[in-house]
Amino acid sequence: MRAYMLVIVLYLLIALAFPLYVMLSKSFETYAFRFDAVEFQVDRGEGWGETLNAMALGEGLGVVAPGALVTTADGRFPATRFFPDFSFRAKTLYRIRNTKEGSGGFLVKGRPATGTDWFELTSGEFRRVQIRPTQATGTGNYLSYFSTPALFTSIHNSLMIAVISTIVTVTLAFLYAYALTRSCMRFKGAFKMIAMVPILVPSLLAGIGLIYLFGKQSLVLKVAEWAFGEETVAPWWDMLANGAYGPSEIYGPTGIVIASVFFTFPHALIIIITALSIADARLYEAAVALRAPKPRIFWTVTIPGARYGLISAAFVVFNLVITDFGVPKVIGGQFNVLAVDIYKQVIGQQNFQMGAVVSVVLLIPALIAFTVDRIVQKKQVALLSARAVPYEPKPSRRFDRAMFAYCCFVAFFVLGVLAVCQYAALIKFWPYNLSLSLGNYNFDVMDGGGWDSYANSVRMAFYTAVVGTFMVFTGAYMVEKGKGFNSGRTGFQFLAMMPMAIPGMVLGLAYIFFFNHPNNPLNFVYGTMGILVICTVTHFYTVSHLTAVTALKQMDPEFEAVSQSLKQPFTKIFARVTVPVCLPAILDISIYLFVNAMTTVSAVVFLYSPDTTLASVAVLNMDDAGDIAPAAAMGMMIFYTNAGVRLLHAGLTRGLHRRTQAWRTR
Amino acid sequence: MSESGAGGETDRTVYLRIEDLTKKFGGFTALKDVTLEIYEGEFVCFLGPSGCGKTTLLRAIAGLDIQTRGRVEQAGKDISALPPSERDFGIVFQSYALFPNLTVTRNIAYGLENRKASRAEIAARVTELLDLVGLPDQGDKYPAQLSGGQQQRIALARAIASSPGLLLLDEPLSALDAKVRVHLRHEVKDLQRRLGITTVMVTHDQEEALTMADRIVVMNHGVIEQIGTPLEIYRLPATSFVADFIGTMNFVPGTVSGPDRVRLAGVDLACESDGLAEGTAVTVAVRPEDIVVQSVQGGEENAVEARIGEMEFLGSFYRADLVSEGLGEARLRADLSINLVRSQGINEGDALSVLLPRERIRIYPGSAVRG
Repeated sequence: MRAYMLVIVLYLLIALAFPLYVMLSKSFETYAFRFDAVEFQVDRGEGWGETLNAMALGEGLGVVAPGALVTTADGRFPATRFFPDFSFRAKTLYRIRNTKEGSGGFLVKGRPATGTDWFELTSGEFRRVQIRPTQATGTGNYLSYFSTPALFTSIHNSLMIAVISTIVTVTLAFLYAYALTRSCMRFKGAFKMIAMVPILVPSLLAGIGLIYLFGKQSLVLKVAEWAFGEETVAPWWDMLANGAYGPSEIYGPTGIVIASVFFTFPHALIIIITALSIADARLYEAAVALRAPKPRIFWTVTIPGARYGLISAAFVVFNLVITDFGVPKVIGGQFNVLAVDIYKQVIGQQNFQMGAVVSVVLLIPALIAFTVDRIVQKKQVALLSARAVPYEPKPSRRFDRAMFAYCCFVAFFVLGVLAVCQYAALIKFWPYNLSLSLGNYNFDVMDGGGWDSYANSVRMAFYTAVVGTFMVFTGAYMVEKGKGFNSGRTGFQFLAMMPMAIPGMVLGLAYIFFFNHPNNPLNFVYGTMGILVICTVTHFYTVSHLTAVTALKQMDPEFEAVSQSLKQPFTKIFARVTVPVCLPAILDISIYLFVNAMTTVSAVVFLYSPDTTLASVAVLNMDDAGDIAPAAAMGMMIFYTNAGVRLLHAGLTRGLHRRTQAWRTR
Repeated sequence: MSESGAGGETDRTVYLRIEDLTKKFGGFTALKDVTLEIYEGEFVCFLGPSGCGKTTLLRAIAGLDIQTRGRVEQAGKDISALPPSERDFGIVFQSYALFPNLTVTRNIAYGLENRKASRAEIAARVTELLDLVGLPDQGDKYPAQLSGGQQQRIALARAIASSPGLLLLDEPLSALDAKVRVHLRHEVKDLQRRLGITTVMVTHDQEEALTMADRIVVMNHGVIEQIGTPLEIYRLPATSFVADFIGTMNFVPGTVSGPDRVRLAGVDLACESDGLAEGTAVTVAVRPEDIVVQSVQGGEENAVEARIGEMEFLGSFYRADLVSEGLGEARLRADLSINLVRSQGINEGDALSVLLPRERIRIYPGSAVRG
């Protein structure tokens, strides 16, 4: 048992702690050309001339400026640039050496040379000599980050977007949750289900839907023109689109906020519904008996009762938005945010050190939000333990109707975004050729990944669900039911909570640094399906772990003691009692992992290889390449897959419930 | 600690021997040098207030929480360091800890599997056990479909299924309704007697301990206060803690005034002074039901003039407050039977003489647990 726990601790160390550590140290790695440590000698047919220092040479020629020596790990400087008269046909001989050991040295004949011996080279060989930068440790990357206004603006942008989205989402979700828990309107089940739909699609798809709805070729505009005539609509649209009232268009902050609200809505809703459902009816009865007017009851009973839920929801949403990369990538236009900066630095400029710096910057708000959320969640649990009588709403015609109308509006918007994506995917060429076609599903000719990527995604999600559920549940069992070895269990608990605070982009980048290092014995997983599964399991570890721990906490702590007194091995109680009793939770974990593996972009975008492209990444790449309709088509494929799996899960749960949970009925 | 009156049982075989057992949780000492012998076939109760260490002691015997120091010996074998699975005992918890997803039959059979018993043998044993606990037809039900009392019996059946040498009961009855609890006391005791299995039960309910146990181990703050038969514990409590914890006790401060005499505020009483020196501050203890009210002559030995204060009606008797100049600030509570009150016409405010019988008075050195 202890050995098994060590295995899981080791997994979390390798899949989480070490990569993050490597990333952190990378962010302090600076690279600069140390030309003062390189010397040349030239023989132009008259014997070797005097020894020339590269730095002095370069400054004299003006090819190197003292401030411009900073570069990246891949920076190379051709040695020939120190010799303006260089010609590879000349019979000139060159010598080059380092003046001291330990500098970056230079590449000669394709091999790095860091020694202090002279290399004697013909001009043909000298042509290919490249000077390499020297690595040092320092805060240089951070200094240059904070002195680059374009990058620095992203911090401001990210925070602004996250704060606005948080306020909007929490307000809307609270109203929706209020309608679901405190009104007697009809179709509550359907409304709840519809509100959960955004979880099943990649966050990018919301951006794509919004582009179709409100973008340059707006569907809303076309419909309005068709209905009211072009002349009537045009001035209104101009006013809206060109900024008489605030933000000018959907590309940019407005679009990011709307799409962020769309994809974070269900997350906030779940938390707030929980907070509102634990309300104590007695408090309301007491307030009514004291003749408090309704608004006062709302502010003195309802809001305080749900406050931890609201705070928790706010921080969860904040965290999701600030770490999300899909939405701003698709709909952000020129509006830069931190998550996209990481992507641009790494994928666009191959500047890994700077990517690491932005990651560290992004970690700070994420860690703060995470910490606050954990503290608040603990208090919420304390509220739950009070002996309360559940609140039953009473019908009120006006209130119920208003709530129903509001829920209809939200549900219409959620389904509308999806419907638009599906519609766009089925149309030949919006808005010029509206005939239906399946052409957009011909992914193999698109710039993104083809049907293979879809198959890969399903495989990856399946592996993640199976492997992840096994790891998470057994890990949680060790923490919850293990005995002794307390420091190990506490450490494990800490490691298990960490992934939630780590943005996907950061995790993905950390994996590059860690697993792609040539000296890492685990280097072989890089570029395989394995690393995608490991990364995804780790990324979504925390929520799964908490689900498992909650289920295990509800089990009698004496089961293990009884089993031991009956001289049975712990594997027997685990297989015969623990797993069957926790089966609903185990299924929940597996579906959670599957759905998230299908939709995740942020972590895996750095890790896929040509053989392991994924559907969600394909959506991103097709959108990037301008194939928006195929991107929408692929996004909808993900949705249907997840919806299908969800239904399967519901059916399976019901079936298993009847077979293994018969004991729950009295 | 006083080992009063275990004399008659020394010829019996010691089944469980606990020596100098100490258990620490961090800086907190839950058990301090506990030494104890339990005889074969005996029913022993660990009794004490919550936090006294009784459950810790039980769990140490079971090996569930291994002691910090000390020795546990079962049937002549040192089991101090053995894990629970290598010890020989069955255990029943307060929560029953029945596996909710297994039927009653499979719960009972749980410990019988992997023991080279054939399926038929197991089935026969389960049927036998179900009969034994009086639930012959409930085998196919799930635990949640049974009442609390039935669940407890199933837990008991599961614990004794493999015929262990020792049965451990951790507050087995305290989660049950009062009526069911009283009923099950007899059943458990009866079963134990029939099987002759050495049993240790932890309880905080003195009534339970008094009715069920052959011997009671009274514990407080991690040490044993007294070991003895129920009668010994009740009649001759060794310490003022035991006197206070078991039953109801009047405590009155006094001083030893001579051989076999104590002085209260205004009255001298005759009693056993256990050789305490004259002038020692003591606490005088007498039970409410031992105070005699009927036909007491003034001037008789140990007679005290008193006035009836408040009378509390408790169904079959009254508990009356007695105020007396002879007692000073202290009050005595006396139990007066309904018959007595009716025949003597006793009312609140009446003055009368009461007797504190010499052989019923206990004295403890030091001040009282409470006044």
